[in-house]
Amino acid sequence: MSKYKKLSFKIRRSILKTAFSSQANHIGSSLSIVDILSVLYGRFLKSTKNLFILSKGHGCLAQYCVLKEMGLISDKTLKTFGKNNSILMSHSSHKVPGVHFSTGSLGHGLPVSAGIALGNKIEKSKSRVFVLLSDGELNEGSNWESLLFCSHHNLNNLTIIIDYNKIQSIDFVKNTLAIEPIEKKFESFGCKVLSIDGHNHKQLLKSLSYKSSKVLVIIANTIKGKGVKFMENTILWHYKPLSITHFERAIKELKQ
Amino acid sequence: MRELFIKQLVKEAEKNKKIILIVGDLGYGIVEPFKIKFPDRFYNAGVAEQSMAGLASGLALKGYHVFIYSIANFSTFRCAEQIRNDIDYHNLSVTIVSVGSGVGYGNLGYSHHCLQDYALLRSLPNTVIAAPSNNQELIESLKYLFNNPQSSYLRLDKSLNINSIKKVPLIKPGKWIFYKNKKSKNIIISTGTVAANCESILKSKSSYNWATIPMWSMQSKRLQFKKIKKYRNIITIENHLQDGGFGSWLNESLAQEENDYSKTNIISKFLSSKIVGKVGNEEYLNKKYGIK
Repeated sequence: MSKYKKLSFKIRRSILKTAFSSQANHIGSSLSIVDILSVLYGRFLKSTKNLFILSKGHGCLAQYCVLKEMGLISDKTLKTFGKNNSILMSHSSHKVPGVHFSTGSLGHGLPVSAGIALGNKIEKSKSRVFVLLSDGELNEGSNWESLLFCSHHNLNNLTIIIDYNKIQSIDFVKNTLAIEPIEKKFESFGCKVLSIDGHNHKQLLKSLSYKSSKVLVIIANTIKGKGVKFMENTILWHYKPLSITHFERAIKELKQ
Repeated sequence: MRELFIKQLVKEAEKNKKIILIVGDLGYGIVEPFKIKFPDRFYNAGVAEQSMAGLASGLALKGYHVFIYSIANFSTFRCAEQIRNDIDYHNLSVTIVSVGSGVGYGNLGYSHHCLQDYALLRSLPNTVIAAPSNNQELIESLKYLFNNPQSSYLRLDKSLNINSIKKVPLIKPGKWIFYKNKKSKNIIISTGTVAANCESILKSKSSYNWATIPMWSMQSKRLQFKKIKKYRNIITIENHLQDGGFGSWLNESLAQEENDYSKTNIISKFLSSKIVGKVGNEEYLNKKYGIK
């Protein structure tokens, strides 16, 4: 088993345990981005100069579980997730060690990441900025405002990853505000687009290593709820907390 | 005021390489001195205020003190959530600059009237408002912000260019700047570019003193009570609607449980909400619906 596969398994197990303990929702959204985060944190964020913003802040449980694996937060802290007086609010929080920016309301991460990337350019630094957006988040106009700026100033030190699981809050993307053809949209904004399987570690490594002369957009085709069959590709697990029966079944399915 | 702001910013940027100016595709004929002198620290974000506020936040995370510049509501209400979540919550060194306080852009109509900005900005815990009443207060407010980069809002008049009637001391949030300070229990307290209104009231109310509070914030509100209790009759003046404005802020400082404010009488003077949607130049609008 590769180190990323091992890390992803640990994170998924940790997500289920923590979500059950806290009776948290957004489980599907967190499971969807586990492989992306494993490769990002396992390889590209080892340099403290590189920076990552989780713009889809509701997937923060995956991020907190990675940070636990990286030794930045303790198991004890993780267990407080979403509970009274915890630092681990249920959206990505800069008060957590290893989290650079708080998110939660969608459409904020990209403009801020663009500012950091611009700062790196001004300083002639080779540091990279990674930002992870959900597909539903692309409804927010601020992203498209920001893309205009990113391309105009050729922020090729910025990598935008889209968690393209095709489900947004209360319905499928195609039934809400259809985003296809997604690649062409980004290309027309002057970006270099790579479309990959967002659960394939090799493809993630390759695309994230790609040296682009333009703003790089990685469309990571993912499955919401990935790893737990009964959660996969369902709208329900954006919202539903785990019962004991579901929790035990989920852990069993994950091991398989 | 706009020209003076840019002049001061250029002066500071000469010695402080961390100063960046981003405009929202506005400032023609005003911002050029900065743009020409520091082309690598000047950006036009385009007509995209959410992007502009986000960009500023990202740059501030890198240690820059970023000034974002636009007209009236565009740099505030249009990107209110970016100011709340990104700038204020992270307490980033971003100064939001808005030009055209009150009805400075009179003929351009309601979209360009800056009437509710205090209400928005003063609800943010880390943000300090700078509403200078004259050129010297602007210079001193900027000095404070340059030395204390933080989430902040600078409210500028479009065309006013008046000098202070006396030397303005160092300014900090919540500090009163006295322009008339005789032995009296009556005082006018103002913020922003309403000096002419204050002077006009002083003519008929000669027993009144006059102070401005050019910088104020949620954090400096609590301290106001100690100063207010020395007076019996207070008149507050602002070119903003009453709701959520400066007079409300001062009143709230009294409305703290442990304080006995029964002996203090505060009258607020402000722009009437009847001004909303009315067309006319600044002089006409202020005469008809302005501070009475």
